[in-house]
Amino acid sequence: MNSSSALINALFIFVLAGFIGFEVIRRVSPLLHTPLMSLTNALDAIAVVGAIVLVGEHKSTLATVFGFIAVVAATSNIVGGFLITDRMLKMFKSSRPAAKPAAK
Amino acid sequence: MTAELGAIQVLIELLYLIASVLFILSLKWMSSPTTARHGIWAGEIGMVLAIGGTLLNRGMDYRLIGIALVLGTIIGIPLGEVAMTAVPQRTALSHAFGALCVTLVGSAEFYLRTPDISRFMMAVLSLEVILGGLTVTGSLMAAGKLQEILPQRPLTYKGQNLVNFLLLAAALAIAITLILHPEERTLFPFMILIALAFGVLLIIPIGGADMPTVISLLNGYAGLSAAAMGFVLNSKLLIIAGALDGSSGLILSIIMSKAMNRSFTNVLFGAFGQVQTSAAAGEEARPVRSATAEEAAAILSAANRVIIVPGYGMAVAQAQHKVRELYDALTKRGVDVRFAIHPVAGRMPGHMNVLLAEADIPYDRLIEMDEINGDFPQTDVALVIGANDVTNPAARSDASSPIYGMPILDVDKAHTVMVIKRSMNPGFAGIDNPLYYLDNTLMLFGDAKAFVGGIVRELGGGHG
Repeated sequence: MNSSSALINALFIFVLAGFIGFEVIRRVSPLLHTPLMSLTNALDAIAVVGAIVLVGEHKSTLATVFGFIAVVAATSNIVGGFLITDRMLKMFKSSRPAAKPAAK
Repeated sequence: MTAELGAIQVLIELLYLIASVLFILSLKWMSSPTTARHGIWAGEIGMVLAIGGTLLNRGMDYRLIGIALVLGTIIGIPLGEVAMTAVPQRTALSHAFGALCVTLVGSAEFYLRTPDISRFMMAVLSLEVILGGLTVTGSLMAAGKLQEILPQRPLTYKGQNLVNFLLLAAALAIAITLILHPEERTLFPFMILIALAFGVLLIIPIGGADMPTVISLLNGYAGLSAAAMGFVLNSKLLIIAGALDGSSGLILSIIMSKAMNRSFTNVLFGAFGQVQTSAAAGEEARPVRSATAEEAAAILSAANRVIIVPGYGMAVAQAQHKVRELYDALTKRGVDVRFAIHPVAGRMPGHMNVLLAEADIPYDRLIEMDEINGDFPQTDVALVIGANDVTNPAARSDASSPIYGMPILDVDKAHTVMVIKRSMNPGFAGIDNPLYYLDNTLMLFGDAKAFVGGIVRELGGGHG
């Protein structure tokens, strides 16, 4: 494995993604900071893909057990995170009804 | 670490790329309440593509994965259905779950790969499990405090910072040993245990008022540990998601620490918990003016402009629906009613906005501190409901006050200030609030929900 070039690639991606994150999240309305946190939490649970591979590949009992618990934990974050974010965002209504129809 | 990419592998990577784009769009659409719900769909589609792509990997044990996914869904649904007032503790709990996933995967990878692991990989893996481990226990502690299973009072003891520092140093020492000698596998569990202990000790000195900062910080740690996991697994998608989550948590921590006038480095190193020694010196009983619900209703209905300042007390009293009735009653009389939201009001970033939105108050009536502060001098009545420190004028004028320099809502500049409060007990930080003794301040003593209900009844009845 050419690990050093993979590493450099990974660093590039991390730094650039961090920049995008800063720029995008700076623009999030403070109104929505709570749903922002629950949404990023759900997105962060994408770590589930690493855990799925651990469970699926069955390389050792320990790895399978840890992976299994990890999949359960991350999946609950995905499901719960999207659900509650959606519930919260549904509640935000404008007093100007004209601004609304874009939602549906 | 696949050397050659087969057709399926390429497909999987492309699916991950689409998911990454969707995740970024998802956050971008959160910039406004009108587009935010698109953001959820983008996130959900990205998630489904990424998980679907992962399942395309050959030779997987689908049965076990399926069971785990179903189990996670069963646990996740109730966590998505909690009451809005429980959102802060739910959020803390989900930080713990996310970090648990990362820590477990990191640990499994350690045992699968050592001793054939590069030094850099071992360093990143150590970072992953240390950050992950302390986030697991730290978040559980925070959730426990928010749910009031654990005492909310900050616990401090002598040499607290020294103990924390030594623990962290010990964890780092083990990490360095493992980087140099990855065959010393027996050391690994100790590193995890120390990280877990560190997480507990980090949150012990934290009180309720610091929770918005702490939750944001734990959010950032969870993201960074996930990004580190992406390095270990060489997963670009995970690096991106972790970097997005990490920067989100860090930005929120910066906003929160600014709103409390704490330096960011102070927060980063967990020193946010120093409890201000309760300034109970000013014991002399100064006179305050108090008023009844009837009098308050009369003043409010005579006003043209009213700003309501909600705080954690409103959440505790579950008064948001009564506040909505008050908003309706006043708006019907032609009073202009707005809400002033301090960034650290409540127990997590944006907490007040969610509670008021739940009570059906239109979001364009919820105004941020910087935008609304200039309007207080032209405001007839500022009504403070369950907020204390964020309205304390001592932060502006009294250099000896522990909260000196903290940006506050300038409610004292309104023509009349009304403060709904249970009693004269000082607020969470134990700091006396000179606001209560001003000539233009009326204290409304009582439970927030009951008192606001009383005002609404008065407005609905007699006066006409």
